[in-house]
Amino acid sequence: MNTASKTQAVSNPNRRLISLSSLLPWAFAALFLLCLPLVFQSSAALTIMNQMAITIVFALSYNMLLGQGGMLSFGHAVYMGLGGFFAMHVMNMVEYDGLWLPLPLLPVVGGLFGMTFAFLIGSFSTRRAGTVFAMISLGVGELIAACSIIIVVFFGGEEGISGDRTMGPEVLGYDFAAQSEVYYLTVIWLLVATVLMYLFSRTPIGRIANAVRDNEERAEFLGYSQRHVRWMSFIASGFFAGVAGSLFAINFEILTEENLNLATSGSILLITFLGGVGFFVGPIIGAIVFTLLQTVLGLYTEIWALYLGILFVSCVMFFPGGFAGIIAMHRRPLALGKLNLLVGPYLKVAIPAITSVLSLAAVLEISFHKRHSFGDDHEMSLYGITFDSHGYQALGFAIVIAAISLFLVSRILPSIKAAWDEANHAGDAQ
Amino acid sequence: MTVPAIELRNLEKSFGLAKIIQGVNLKIEKGERHAVIGPNGAGKSTLFNLITGRFAPTSGGVYLHGEDVSGMQPFEINRRGLSRSFQITNIFPNMTVFENIRCGLLWTMGYKYSFWHMINGQRDVTEKAEQILEEINLTARRDLLAGTLAYAEQRALEIGITIAGGADIILLDEPCAGMSHSETDLIVDLIRKVTEDKTLMIVEHDMGVIFDLADKISVLVYGEIIESDVPDAVRASAKVKEAYLGTTLEEEDA
Amino acid sequence: MALFLVNILDGLVTGLLLFMLCSGLTLIFSMMGVLNFAHASFYMLGAYFAYQISTITGFWLGLLVAPVIVGVFGALIERYGLRRVHKYGHVPELIFTFGLALLIEEVIQFFWGKSQMAYSEPEALNFAAFAIAGNSFPAYKVFMIFVAMGLFLTLLYILTKTRIGMTIQAALSYPETVQNLGHNVPLVFMGVFGVGTAMAGLAGVIAGPVLGTFPGMAVQLGSIVFVTIVIGGLGSLWGALVASLIIGWLQTFAAAYNVAMEDILTFFGFTKPENIWDHPLQDLWTLTLPQIGPILPYLLMVFVLVLRPQGLMGKRET
Repeated sequence: MNTASKTQAVSNPNRRLISLSSLLPWAFAALFLLCLPLVFQSSAALTIMNQMAITIVFALSYNMLLGQGGMLSFGHAVYMGLGGFFAMHVMNMVEYDGLWLPLPLLPVVGGLFGMTFAFLIGSFSTRRAGTVFAMISLGVGELIAACSIIIVVFFGGEEGISGDRTMGPEVLGYDFAAQSEVYYLTVIWLLVATVLMYLFSRTPIGRIANAVRDNEERAEFLGYSQRHVRWMSFIASGFFAGVAGSLFAINFEILTEENLNLATSGSILLITFLGGVGFFVGPIIGAIVFTLLQTVLGLYTEIWALYLGILFVSCVMFFPGGFAGIIAMHRRPLALGKLNLLVGPYLKVAIPAITSVLSLAAVLEISFHKRHSFGDDHEMSLYGITFDSHGYQALGFAIVIAAISLFLVSRILPSIKAAWDEANHAGDAQ
Repeated sequence: MTVPAIELRNLEKSFGLAKIIQGVNLKIEKGERHAVIGPNGAGKSTLFNLITGRFAPTSGGVYLHGEDVSGMQPFEINRRGLSRSFQITNIFPNMTVFENIRCGLLWTMGYKYSFWHMINGQRDVTEKAEQILEEINLTARRDLLAGTLAYAEQRALEIGITIAGGADIILLDEPCAGMSHSETDLIVDLIRKVTEDKTLMIVEHDMGVIFDLADKISVLVYGEIIESDVPDAVRASAKVKEAYLGTTLEEEDA
Repeated sequence: MALFLVNILDGLVTGLLLFMLCSGLTLIFSMMGVLNFAHASFYMLGAYFAYQISTITGFWLGLLVAPVIVGVFGALIERYGLRRVHKYGHVPELIFTFGLALLIEEVIQFFWGKSQMAYSEPEALNFAAFAIAGNSFPAYKVFMIFVAMGLFLTLLYILTKTRIGMTIQAALSYPETVQNLGHNVPLVFMGVFGVGTAMAGLAGVIAGPVLGTFPGMAVQLGSIVFVTIVIGGLGSLWGALVASLIIGWLQTFAAAYNVAMEDILTFFGFTKPENIWDHPLQDLWTLTLPQIGPILPYLLMVFVLVLRPQGLMGKRET
C-alpha cells in the first residue's frame, strides 16, 4: 500500500485515465454547443451551424489520414458520400418498407457502410503512403463519382436521391421535423464522433499511425506492418466520414453526385490544411472558419474562391501549420509569461495590414468589375462607396493605398521579428 | 549441438550485375557477441539488410533459431525476436523521446493494433518505457522531441528503441559512428549492459570497440567472409592481415 | 473496317495528347520527386495564352510563343513557390501544387470569365486531309499528330544524345543519384520544371481548338493524366507512352461503338425483365458502352493496381 501510493505520487499526473482537467474542455464545448441555438434562432443560422458540425466531423476524419497517418487523399468525399447515399436508402426503407430504425441511429448505419468501402478500397490503396496513395485516392474518387451518374438505382443519376427524415419512430416524442431538433441530433453526434476520434488518437494503433507517418521503415523494424497500420486508420476514417455523410443526409434530405466528387474531396483537404493538420483541433478551426468565409464572403463578392485560393497557397508556403499552428506558436511566449510583449507590435501592424488586404481586394474587385460587368454598367459600390469602376481614379486610388499600407507593413515587420525573438527567449532582456 | 540464433547459408545478393554478397555462410550461437568487420564497401550493411528483411536475398537462406526467414518482411522478422539499429540515425523525430521508446515496446507487450486501450492509461508500458529511459540515461530528456536531441543522445535513443521490445537477437549497425572517445565509451558500456544474455551482432569501424565487445569476429571482404574466429585468432590471421587488418591493428598496438 | 481505321487515328490523337502531358509530368516527377498536381492547369494556361495571342496575331505565333510563356511561368513558380515548400517534404509539395491548380483556375476565370473562348484552328488547316470510306479526317488532327510526334522525337533525341539528357536519364533510372550530379541542382530543377510545364502548355495550345478552351478543361483532363501515369508506372516514360495510347484508344472505341448491355445479356440467354424501370438490375440492362467509356480508365487503374502495383512498366513498387 505504501509503495503503491509512492509510485502514484512519483508518476506523471496525466497517467490517470480520466482526470477532471481533461474532461473540462469537453464539458465546456458540449454546454456551449447546446446553448448556441438560444442565441442563434433563425433557420438560416441553424443550417449554417449544422453545416459546420458536419464539416467538422468530415474534416476530423480526413485528418485521421493526413495529419495522423500521413496519407494525402484526393478522394475522401467518396466515403462521406457513399455513407450518405446508403443512409438515405435506409431512411427510405424506414419510410416505405417499414424498417424500424430511430433516426438518431442512422449515422451508425452510414458509418458502417463508409467503413466497409474503406476496408475494400484500403486493401490495395494503403500499400504505400505519399504520392502513390494520393494518386490512387484520386483515381478511385473519380471512378466512384463517374459511377454515380451511371448507376442510377443507387445514386439516382443527375438529380440524386432524396428522402424524408421524419418517417421513422419518434424518439422521446421528437420526430425531427423542426430544424432545431435536427441541430441537437447533429451536435450530439458531433460530440460523440469528436470524442471517439480524439480517443482513437490516444490508442496504441493511433500512436503507431503517427510513428508510421514519421518513419514508416523504422516502424516495420518494430514489428508493425506499415500497410496494416495505414489500412486500419483508413477504415476508422471511413467510418467517421460515413457518419458525416449520414448527418448530411439527415440535414438536407438529398444527396447528389456533388457529395462525392473531386471538388468536395479537394475542399476538405483545403479546410483541414488551413485549420492545421498537426493538431487535433486544427480541422475544427478550419471547418468553422471555412464555413463562415464561404457564407459571408459569398454574399459580398463573386470572386471569393480566388481569395480562398490565394489564402490556401500562402498558407502552404508560409504557415504550413495552418491556423492551429499559428496559435500553437504562441505557447512558448505564453509559458514564458511574455505574451504581453507581442500585443503592442501586433496592434501596430494590424491597421496597415488590414488596410493593405482591403485595398488589394479592392484592386481585384474593381478590375473584375471592369472586365466582366455587362454593357454600360460602370457603377460599382465597395465598402459603402459608390463609384465608376471604369475610370482610373478608383483603381488608382486603391493601388496607391495598397502600396502605402504594404510599405508600412514592411517597415513594421522587423520590429515584430525582434519582439517575437525576445518573447521566445527565456530569461530577462539585457 | 544447439540451434544457432542466426545462421546464414550460401547467402547471395546481387544488384543488377553487381554481386555484393557472394555466398556467405555463418553461424552465430545463442548469447554470442559477434562482430562483423571489413573495409568500406565490403557489404556489411547489405548483410544486415538481408538478415533483417530490408532486402530479399538473391539466393541462399537466413535462419533465425532454425527457421527460414529469407524473403520475409521486416516486421515479420522482428516479431520472431530480432531487432536492429541503423547506421544513419533512424528515429521518430516528431515524437517525444518517451514516445519513441514506447513505440518500440507496444508490439511485444501485446498491444499490437489495439484501439481499445488508452495508451496513457497502460501503467505497464509507461513503467517499462521509463525504465529503459533510465538505462539509456535519457530520463531528463523524456518530453523533448526526439529530433531536437544532440547527436550522441539520438544514437543512444536509437539503441533504446532497438532493445525496447526485448528482442533476443540484436543487430547494431555502426552504433559508434561519428562519436567522440568519451561518448564511444559510454555507448559501449550501454551496449554491454542492454545486451546481456542476448545474441548480439554488430558492425563497427572502431577496432577498440570490436575487440572490447566481441566474442567472435567475422571479416567480410568483397562480399565474402574470409575469416571467422575469436578475436585473438583473427588478430593473428595472416589472411586477414593481408586482406585488410594488418595496418590498422599495428596502429592500434602502437 | 473504315470506321475502325478512323477510330484508330482518333484514339492516336487523344493518346498522343495525353502523352504530351504525361511525359512532362513524368520528367518532373523523376527528377524532383514532385508530382505536379497543377500540370493540367499549365495545359489550360497554354490554351488561354495561345487564344489571347491568336486574337492579335493569328494562330501560328501563339503556337510558338504561348508554350514559352507557360514554361517561364512554370520556372518562376518553381523558383519562388515550390522551392520554399521543398524543405517540408513531398506531401506538402503535392498540396502546394494542388492549391496552385485551384488558384490558376480562379485566376483564369478572373481574366477570361466562365464561358468558352472562341479559339479555333487556323484557316490553313481547316479542311479534310483525307477520307476513309466517307469518313473525313480533318487536317488539323493530322497536324496534331505531327506536333506530338515531333515533340516525342525531340525528347527522345535530347534524352539519348545530349549530355543533359544523359544526366536526366541517369536520374530517371536511379533517383538517388540526382543528389550526386555535381551540377547546379536547383537550376536543373527549375529548368526541368520549366520545360515540363512548357510541354503541357504546347499540348494546351494544340488541344484548345479541338477540346474547347474553358475553365474546366484542366479538371477534365487532369485526373485522366494522373491515372495514366499510375497505370504506366510512376516515373516510367515508356510506361506513360503505352498507357496514354491504351487510354486514348479505350476511350475512343468505347465512345464509337454503341454496344448495349441488353444485347450482350440477351445473347447469353438472359431475358429482360418486363418492368425494367423498377428493377434492381435496371442499370445493368440499360447500360451502353459509350456510357461506360468515361470510367474505363479508372477501372483499368484499379485492375492494374491490384494485379501489378508498380504499374505496367514501373520497375519498383514506389
